[in-house]
Amino acid sequence: MKERKIAVKIDDLTVAYNYKPVLWDIDLEIPEGVLMAIVGPNGAGKSTLIKSILGILKPIAGSVSIYGKPYKKQRSLVAYVPQKGSVDWDFPTTALDVVKMGTYGSLGWIKRPRQKEKKAALEALEKVGMLAFKNRQISQLSGGQQQRIFLARALVQNAAIYFMDEPFQGVDATTEIAIINILKELRKAGKTLIVVHHDLQTVPEYFDWVTFLNVKKIATGPVKTIFNNENLTKTYGINYKVSVQE
Amino acid sequence: MLGSFAVLRKQSLLGDAISHAALPGIAIAFLITGAKDTNILLLGALISGLLGTFWIRGITTKTHLKSDTALGLILSLFFGFGMLLLTFIQKQPNANQAGLDKYLFGQAATLVESDVWLMAIVTGICLFVILLFWKEFKLLLFDINYAKTLGFNTKFIDTLITFFIVLAIVLGLQTVGVVLMSAMLLAPAAAARQWTNSLAVMVFLAAVFGAFSGIFGTAISASQNNLSTGPVIVIIATIFVLISFLFSPSRGLLFKQIRILKNRRDLKLNKTLAFMYGIAKTHENISHPHTIKILNNFHGFTKKTLQKLVEKKYVYIVKNMWSLTEKGFKVASNLYNQH
Repeated sequence: MKERKIAVKIDDLTVAYNYKPVLWDIDLEIPEGVLMAIVGPNGAGKSTLIKSILGILKPIAGSVSIYGKPYKKQRSLVAYVPQKGSVDWDFPTTALDVVKMGTYGSLGWIKRPRQKEKKAALEALEKVGMLAFKNRQISQLSGGQQQRIFLARALVQNAAIYFMDEPFQGVDATTEIAIINILKELRKAGKTLIVVHHDLQTVPEYFDWVTFLNVKKIATGPVKTIFNNENLTKTYGINYKVSVQE
Repeated sequence: MLGSFAVLRKQSLLGDAISHAALPGIAIAFLITGAKDTNILLLGALISGLLGTFWIRGITTKTHLKSDTALGLILSLFFGFGMLLLTFIQKQPNANQAGLDKYLFGQAATLVESDVWLMAIVTGICLFVILLFWKEFKLLLFDINYAKTLGFNTKFIDTLITFFIVLAIVLGLQTVGVVLMSAMLLAPAAAARQWTNSLAVMVFLAAVFGAFSGIFGTAISASQNNLSTGPVIVIIATIFVLISFLFSPSRGLLFKQIRILKNRRDLKLNKTLAFMYGIAKTHENISHPHTIKILNNFHGFTKKTLQKLVEKKYVYIVKNMWSLTEKGFKVASNLYNQH
């Protein structure tokens, strides 16, 4: 395989909420252009990893660089799709309005979105198949539709790297296929995608890169070579024993 | 207006805590200056209100306590301290002390022209800031983590919103007082939420409702000698909320109930029609007459639904026999396709 550029590099990342570390000394290099799953049991720190990369959580130690520069200087290259449940969907706003929020970062302070931003938002809505719902109040969308809106919002950012926190959670089969097709398309365009994923069955089918995580990094690499029973046991199996003993 | 932000942040009780937290500030400002200059008293209120807010913030982020616990704690602590100081002041041989308790329940009658000007100016500044940072406020209220990843300084936006909420509350103290202020903040916003799904409209409506409550409340209390203004304003604002809860077209209880009943009736009608269709289908002539008694086998059949079907010309009845019409057959077959 040809040498790839490193899109995301994480050094010695350690995160703790209280005394117990949630993430311990994570070193991770994510090559450009992969569609990577982060897998691991509940409480393994998958969401925490993404959140600390993006500066939402403050790590105790460690650094993150994007294409060789500190994350803070490279924000415009990074888009984020949070967990659907992280916001209040009864908020008084429309689907189009939420997608427009993806343009706020490039707009900067005070400037308002205009025609150009609106056009970009409409295009993103069309890509995720939600154009017909653009004026719908967001509480009247189904779970799958809400997830697509979040995806569209990230698409508008036109980033190089996408972080997604369980985009397939609670969506039906149609939406799941629609979303994965969009992700594959993005990869084809040379984007890097990092996805917190729960369904182990679909990993080989959807992703080409995988990271096993359980507080520590267990393994990372191409799905073809490292997605095997050994790593799965290391990630899930040991933890099961521990939880039974407790 | 600012109430909308408090409601959407699920920090409705914050207003209550802030207004109570402002009380010791008023008392201390009076103790230091010995004068009842409104501006200085309000400055004291502002400072202690902000202090209370940041303590609440601190408690929720640094400990495991939930925000409602923190709010309750700070509210009673500050209010208790404020009452203590007020009683202390009242026992002092200073003739000037009378009238501080107006901040408890408010006394709009004591407002003088300069107070009104102050309010107008601050409202103007509020409006300007809201318009200026509209996009940032909306983003923060909807999804604070996402705002962070876009590179916005969320702490700054957050502090800005909180500061203006505190400011609005402190200014309202003179009119409606510590105890009722949070209602003044929240009621217009809660009412406005019922009527719209747009943040802009909600904020605008809240402002209108608030202004109307103020005007009507003052008018009513002015025409009746024994009614104090603050409580009347709050009652009117609450009436707005009540009306909104009941009569708003999309979220109101009344229309919701009507919609449910209508849907049920339509469903019953369709079910009956579908049942008839099932029978009529088996005959070559769709309008072949059947006895009404058959319908009794069908649960949910009533004379009323049959009557309705006749009215709609889906069915006609000759003696105690019914027949589907051409139209009824068509409608029913479409119903079938849907299921």
